[in-house]
Amino acid sequence: MEIVSAIFLGTLFGFVLHRVGASNPENIINMLRLTDLHLMKAILFAIGLSSSILFLGMAVGVIDSGHLSVKASFNGVMLGGALLGLGLGSVGYCPGTGLAALGDGRRDAVAFVFGGLAGAFAYMLSYPAVKATGLLDSIAGGKSTLAVTGNESYVALVPGVPGWMLALGIGILLMGIAWALPGRPGSGPRPLPHGLPVS
Amino acid sequence: MTGQLDWLRGGIALAFAFLIAVWMVKPIGVSTQFVIADGAVWDLVSPNLVVEDPETKSGYNSENAYLAKSGGKYAKNVANPVNYSFVFVIAMVFGAWLSRITRGPQPSKADRVAPRVWRNRFGDRPVPRYALAFLGGFLVLYGARLAGGCTSGHMMSGMMQTSVSGYLFAMTTFATGIAAALTLYRRGDGHR
Repeated sequence: MEIVSAIFLGTLFGFVLHRVGASNPENIINMLRLTDLHLMKAILFAIGLSSSILFLGMAVGVIDSGHLSVKASFNGVMLGGALLGLGLGSVGYCPGTGLAALGDGRRDAVAFVFGGLAGAFAYMLSYPAVKATGLLDSIAGGKSTLAVTGNESYVALVPGVPGWMLALGIGILLMGIAWALPGRPGSGPRPLPHGLPVS
Repeated sequence: MTGQLDWLRGGIALAFAFLIAVWMVKPIGVSTQFVIADGAVWDLVSPNLVVEDPETKSGYNSENAYLAKSGGKYAKNVANPVNYSFVFVIAMVFGAWLSRITRGPQPSKADRVAPRVWRNRFGDRPVPRYALAFLGGFLVLYGARLAGGCTSGHMMSGMMQTSVSGYLFAMTTFATGIAAALTLYRRGDGHR
């Protein structure tokens, strides 16, 4: 049964990543060099909408808060995110979209996935050394969320407000930003703020 | 529903993919499975890598400290690769293929080697693109494992749950991602 769910949900996720254009590295690179923000708008809207419905669903008891899985905060999250960003901005794939791009028949995605396997292997070997630096020690309450989830494994940093209310507020804010962001902030060569032409 | 979805429809579709996953099973995550794939291959070459061990929480242990952490939960998945998370990731490749053959966005022959933004800047030769894609993959997965998750697990699933770690991750990922893309591709060059 678990495997049937895996096939269904994995297929759905791969299908959606492809349809939204996330498995096309062109879209990721143009998002990050700020020429085409359609993917950025989609991502922000998706986070805002899913977060709002998730917390409302948990509040009325339709979604089981035991299904949540909150990851811990530690300095390695930021350093690792920075390294991931460098790779993402350079080649235009992240782990999920690189795999989806395999289904798109992209050959550079094959190179990306092999590079990813090598990078993950390097981490497996260097894990004891990384751990010894203290980069993996918890900060900001460890496995913490802003909104109250109702799952006792996780600390809420804003305990005084009902979880659904805070999550809905953040969700609407994110959807609002998604709506307001320009799809194409200035196409083609444009002057820099100082009036210098872009080379 | 042919071609690439606009941002609003795309955003709604993405939201429901993440929601249905957490409703039915658990939040979506991808990057751990690169470790499981490595471990499964490594275990084929050296069968003593992962062993059964009734002392640990998962019942499995490993001589590799990373696979052995958290009660051997990665070791267990390496020993049994046909599990939910690994099959999920394999199914993603199938899902993307399914979208392509059902009138989703179609990459051209040249796009399958390198995206247009790359070709405009660095030319059509495949080898430099493959080399950088490999290097980028290395950085992305090393970074994802150090961070404990990737764009799916940390950023999308994380911020959906209002996880503090998700916001921290998204901040630095976008900061260096934008810096790298602007440095390498510049802003104005080759815009369609």
